[in-house]
Amino acid sequence: MCLSIPAKILTVEGNMARASVGGAVVNTSLHLVDDVKPGDYVLIHTGFALQKISEEEALETIAMIEEMEKETGDPE
Amino acid sequence: MKYIDEFRNHDLVATLTEAIVRRSKKPVRIMEVCGGHTLAIRKYGIQQLLPEHIELLSGPGCPVCVTPRISIDRAIALSRLPGVIITTYGDLIRVPGSRSSLNQERAQGADVRIVYSTLDALDIARTNPQKKVIFLGIGFETTTPSSAVAILEAERQRISNFFLLSMHKVMPPAMGALIDQGIRIDGYIGPGHVSAVAGADMYHALVEKHGIAVVIAGFEPVDLLQSIYMLVCMNEEGRHGVEIQYKRVVTPRGNTKACEMVNHVFDSCDESWRGLGMINGSGLSLKEQYSRMDASLQFDVQVEPLPEPAGCICGEVLRGMKKPAECRLFGKTCTPANPIGACMVSGEGACQAYYQFR
Ligand code: SF4
Repeated sequence: MCLSIPAKILTVEGNMARASVGGAVVNTSLHLVDDVKPGDYVLIHTGFALQKISEEEALETIAMIEEMEKETGDPE
Repeated sequence: MKYIDEFRNHDLVATLTEAIVRRSKKPVRIMEVCGGHTLAIRKYGIQQLLPEHIELLSGPGCPVCVTPRISIDRAIALSRLPGVIITTYGDLIRVPGSRSSLNQERAQGADVRIVYSTLDALDIARTNPQKKVIFLGIGFETTTPSSAVAILEAERQRISNFFLLSMHKVMPPAMGALIDQGIRIDGYIGPGHVSAVAGADMYHALVEKHGIAVVIAGFEPVDLLQSIYMLVCMNEEGRHGVEIQYKRVVTPRGNTKACEMVNHVFDSCDESWRGLGMINGSGLSLKEQYSRMDASLQFDVQVEPLPEPAGCICGEVLRGMKKPAECRLFGKTCTPANPIGACMVSGEGACQAYYQFR
């Protein structure tokens, strides 16, 4: 029950949305998040969208690790 | 970006593993306090990627596991009342109480229904006006907002037969209690989704008081390894503080809308945890203005605490003092199909996670 999953919002209707989780379509409540629109990624937990997922931050996290790779790739 | 495969990338895993090996000199004990992390660490074999002097411990992070037996017994007693429908998340019904479980009660005729969301429980109340529908609210900062929404919606829609038995808990006091109880922990892998809701700032008091390193982590292998790397760096440099690895969903203040709803509906209270005992300010009870929906006040059931089943060491497992395999029942009489203790019930329980990925 603890598991939360990234899901892509497909359609929004009032306080509810339909979202795609790896191809499967689920219903999710939007009571806890504002300004969610189709195409956004959210984290779903027990039927509620908990938070929007930031693509910018995700890319930055990966870039940081790739940067480490470059630094350590050089002979010390 | 689908936020899954990118964080399972082999090259990134290799880079991080090498970086950890290079950077880590001191022995460290790192505890995760989220059942989702316990499961992911076992599933991806994260411990096996690390040098031997980095030890990963599982803490009290599975809500089903930390729910004490007396709470299960209370839920069972409620299920026996006439005209009551019990609604809850799946795992809870399999947790053994002192003499029975909700599952056994259901087999004997109690109306116990598994719901996916609190809104489903509210629907059951709406369509069964002659019944009293009790939702068993368990879980940490991640699930509490959905219970708050159910209370607010019940009020708005004037549904008068919906009740909540709040067993909700908050995480930071338990993290402090473990250190107070003398468990040696050099760093916490902070719970990602708890923090997505409540915000990274909520650990500041803990960090100041105990001088510990906390890194809030995501749930994929890259997330976990990067977080362990960050904790190793903090320990090597003698730093404490709160850092966020899981920046794509965690911010310092979290989801303020969800937090406001929780604060509107709940008050802080002392709460008992399996294995850890009573922890000040670690629970949430409904505010007085919602007492008419408070199942702990509206139904009169008596339950007596009984000792834990002989041989089960869940209490020590939940405090990171023992590994599941050290339990003599593990994998023998206690299995996921026939759990003796709570830690074997849920996929995020340490005993089940260790069992599934032996
Ligand atoms: S293996 Fe079973 S009996 Fe042993 S500690 Fe875990 S849950 Fe309890």
